[in-house]
Amino acid sequence: MPENIEKRVTDIIVKQLSVNPEQVTASAGFQTDLKADSLDLVEIIMAFEDEFGISSIPEDKAASMKTVGDAIEFIKANATK
Amino acid sequence: MAMQLTHHPRVALVTGAGRGIGKAIAERLASHGHTVICVSKSETCVSVANDILAKGLKAKAIQVDVSDATAVAKACEQINAEFGAVEILVNNAGITRDKLVMAMSEQDWNDVITTNLSSAFFWVKGLVRPMTKKRWGRIISISSVTGVQGNAGQANYAAAKAGLHGLTMTLARELAGRSITANAVAPGFITTDMTGELSEEIKQKILGVIPLGRFGTTTDIAAMVDFLASEEGGYITGQVFSVDGGMAI
Repeated sequence: MPENIEKRVTDIIVKQLSVNPEQVTASAGFQTDLKADSLDLVEIIMAFEDEFGISSIPEDKAASMKTVGDAIEFIKANATK
Repeated sequence: MAMQLTHHPRVALVTGAGRGIGKAIAERLASHGHTVICVSKSETCVSVANDILAKGLKAKAIQVDVSDATAVAKACEQINAEFGAVEILVNNAGITRDKLVMAMSEQDWNDVITTNLSSAFFWVKGLVRPMTKKRWGRIISISSVTGVQGNAGQANYAAAKAGLHGLTMTLARELAGRSITANAVAPGFITTDMTGELSEEIKQKILGVIPLGRFGTTTDIAAMVDFLASEEGGYITGQVFSVDGGMAI
């Protein structure tokens, strides 16, 4: 089982969106709370794919990840590294 | 004092770089210190890249059929792995299958749309993700005066070139947030190997509709691409620039 998923997800989001780690809570919405634009979302998804060895996150799955918690849940179920 | 355009060394890719306008653009970009990936279907890109390398500049040749989506995707994967990101993309590859609409086959239509228009989408798709990470980019598509005002016998070509304008405007809007600009350059009648084959009579006829009274050169087009690719060109996006001696006024 891949380790430290929450921390690795947080690191990616902090880097991509230039936010403070404290803002990256499970309930934080990417677009609502963290002010990600549509390109940010594409880039974050790409970073998740690379980081966690997920070959390709489907568009509908990506679109349903509204909050950090949604992403962590998906990654826990699909991460290979 | 002559104004020097600012070019920081980057990775550029030019399709249709084996001859004519594409070759001139590749040489011009290389002269600024950019690493220029020269793409063509035939092996002509190899000699263009070798000539650039012989001058002590940076180039690489990649032979790929731009109308083949799978082949382009594969080439982009290799390029991204080797170079990190292409920051200047010049979509220049193009073919003609001129016929009046009444005589044009579906294949004539599809060949030109795929090679001249879809290819630009294939390259953007394959290269844009790393480009967005760079927070800097130039996507320059070589269109045609035909895409601006139409031309009897070139319905397929005109549609493809006008299609590039729509693609350009949309890319400009989608990618502006990452400081990537997208523009098109619409050449008029440019002297190249292809046009050298025309009869004197036809050439005289064409000259009659060019206000500046001469055919364009590949250098005229490379100069506009040079400007759009430079740092100074960074506030221009979503535009189509005619470089045609006034043909499309």
